[in-house]
Amino acid sequence: MQHELPVPHGLVRPGAVSLRGVEIAYGSFRVLDRLDLEVAQSEFLVLLGPSGCGKSTLLNAVAGLTEVDAGEIWVGGRNVTWKEPKDRGIAMVFQSYTLYPRMTVRGNMSFGLQVAGIARAEIQRRVREAAAMLRIEDLLDRKPAELSGGQRQRVAIGRALVREAAVCLFDEPLSNLDAQLRTELRTEIKRLHVRLGATMIFVTHDQIEALTLADRIAVMRDRRIQQLGTPTEIYTRPVSRFVATFVGCPAMGFIAGHLVEGRRFKADGLDLSLDGYQALGEMAAGRPVDLGIRPEHITLAPGHPEAIEAPLELVEPMGSDLLAWVRLGTVSLAMRLPAETPLSLGDRLPVMLPASRFNLFDAASGLRI
Amino acid sequence: MNATVQPSGRRPARLTTGRIGLYAFLPISALFFLTPLYVMMVTSLKTMPEIRSGSILSWPSAHNLDAWVRASSQACTGLSCNGIQTGFWNSVRILVPSVAASIAVGAVTGYTLSFWRARGAKTLFAALMIVAFMPYQVFIYPLVRLFAMAGVGNSLLGIVLVHTIFGLPTMTLLFRNHFAALPMELFKAARVDGAGFWRIFLQIMLPMAVPIAVVAMILQVTGIWNDFLLGLVFTGCRNLPMTVQLNNIVASSQGERLYNVDMAATMLTALVPLCIYFISGRWFVRGIAAGAVKG
Ligand SMILES: Nc1ncnc2c1ncn2[C@@H]1O[C@H](COP(=O)(O)OP(=O)(O)O)[C@@H](O)[C@H]1O
Ligand SMILES: [Mg+2]
Repeated sequence: MQHELPVPHGLVRPGAVSLRGVEIAYGSFRVLDRLDLEVAQSEFLVLLGPSGCGKSTLLNAVAGLTEVDAGEIWVGGRNVTWKEPKDRGIAMVFQSYTLYPRMTVRGNMSFGLQVAGIARAEIQRRVREAAAMLRIEDLLDRKPAELSGGQRQRVAIGRALVREAAVCLFDEPLSNLDAQLRTELRTEIKRLHVRLGATMIFVTHDQIEALTLADRIAVMRDRRIQQLGTPTEIYTRPVSRFVATFVGCPAMGFIAGHLVEGRRFKADGLDLSLDGYQALGEMAAGRPVDLGIRPEHITLAPGHPEAIEAPLELVEPMGSDLLAWVRLGTVSLAMRLPAETPLSLGDRLPVMLPASRFNLFDAASGLRI
Repeated sequence: MNATVQPSGRRPARLTTGRIGLYAFLPISALFFLTPLYVMMVTSLKTMPEIRSGSILSWPSAHNLDAWVRASSQACTGLSCNGIQTGFWNSVRILVPSVAASIAVGAVTGYTLSFWRARGAKTLFAALMIVAFMPYQVFIYPLVRLFAMAGVGNSLLGIVLVHTIFGLPTMTLLFRNHFAALPMELFKAARVDGAGFWRIFLQIMLPMAVPIAVVAMILQVTGIWNDFLLGLVFTGCRNLPMTVQLNNIVASSQGERLYNVDMAATMLTALVPLCIYFISGRWFVRGIAAGAVKG
């Protein structure tokens, strides 16, 4: 076990979090497998992944609520692997209703500070400030049962804020809210992040939340991080078919086929040039691949020599724009078009698939080529 | 004019066979349980000659409270003849600390088992449950020896300990099930807030466990009040509970059998659980249900 490094005063970064080779198992079932992750001071990191992939476990490990079997956890330059949750300089917001039911909102928010023995005047100041920031001043004397779901989560966030911790952990805090409240509170959390400059680690299975909030996203699957990058990187250059499908709405469309001689892609009734595609490695002819393309990257190009005639099958208006489902070979692909585009079913649309926007994945491994 | 459209299909029958069965069953079972109570009541109000001459179901000719007075303050229990009232106070002195201790210990164990992943918690819980289904007579002899060695045999402390021990499985199960239904994240939030074992228990979990504590109290009050065997074995002769003294009155073999006094004494003894049932029937049913769901 490494000892805490002596950090010169002034160089302490109280919000930097790092996980080094963290392993956690429940019995013989390994949930996290030698996981490394560095989160910078004031960064907003989102852990994104399907349910059951180990996101909460990871967050609980940072908070000290789950013991790690191997590896180290550092917060703000201190090795906190075996420290109590309260001594880690973290605050946490949970998914479900975790307010103390018999205490008022004020009681809920001051509980942790009272435990820490902070002076009454200071507690009052912090509660007042946090309540003002979250616009819950009117609710301070109510019991949790008298609050709506959105108000409860505001209070839960307030309870975390008063700790004035350098690191805030969020475990799907918006999942139990209805759609409108969710977007509202999402914006609020982002605003808090800008204002407080605290490091935030935010767990979600909602890709929209991830894309809108994150400085960086870590996409998790099956006990490990598959891709770590900015929302743009994750969105435009997903490392695997899994990441490509998980992020983006409507989802990326796929065509199954194989590579042929001369940097071309061939599928049933389709033959596309791959000129302009930035490949990671060599593209051996004959290799079976899945070609993915996002709806907004398919364009209409009337009169263009490379345009493909594709019959229109279905139109889904989405308010500001619309989704047009066109048939290419044997598959149906969605393309995003301006809402006012004049379309009628059965039209043959001149469709362009720009190779620079392709995502090629090995059909067997699902990894980017 | 609008023609009223009739809903299609047959109107659901109000009186099904199941209902008829239920309505037949209810009065019969009520009668079954109320008849003995009625017999005891009327017998306790009769004089001995009246009891000897009439039917046990007949209404008393005059309401005579002599038997009740004798039962409470004059009947002989063993050597002394102070009635059953000393037994009443003995029972109260056993009851109060036993109920308090068994609930307190059960609440703490249930809380620990649900939230603090102690090593061997599952094994301990399984063991408790197995023990709960063992006839408790099995433990009496070893416990008597153990208590004698520890110097707490035949004392108030001894019987309180025994009731606490025998109440442990049920009380633990009750509180564990209650706490297990709460979200684990509530506990985690308190941990992040820096609260420790006792603070989380006292300030957060216990206030949420008031309903289940009431249920536990009902179960323990009736159980401990009605106990005969443990009271007889562990209390020693100075603190014998009411049930044991009742037996001494009813089972004493000299002279004529005073049925009216026996009945009055029995009803006096049953008064506490009876009141509990009447006041808190709803809670009691809840307690049974809570104890019955999942292990
Ligand atoms: N206390 C536990 N005991 C056993 N298995 C658990 C426990 N907590 C979580 N798991 C398992 O670990 C995996 C990861 O859980 P979790 O971190 O909660 O996933 P997520 O938050 O991504 O949905 C899941 O398969 C879950 O079933
Ligand atoms: Mg989770």
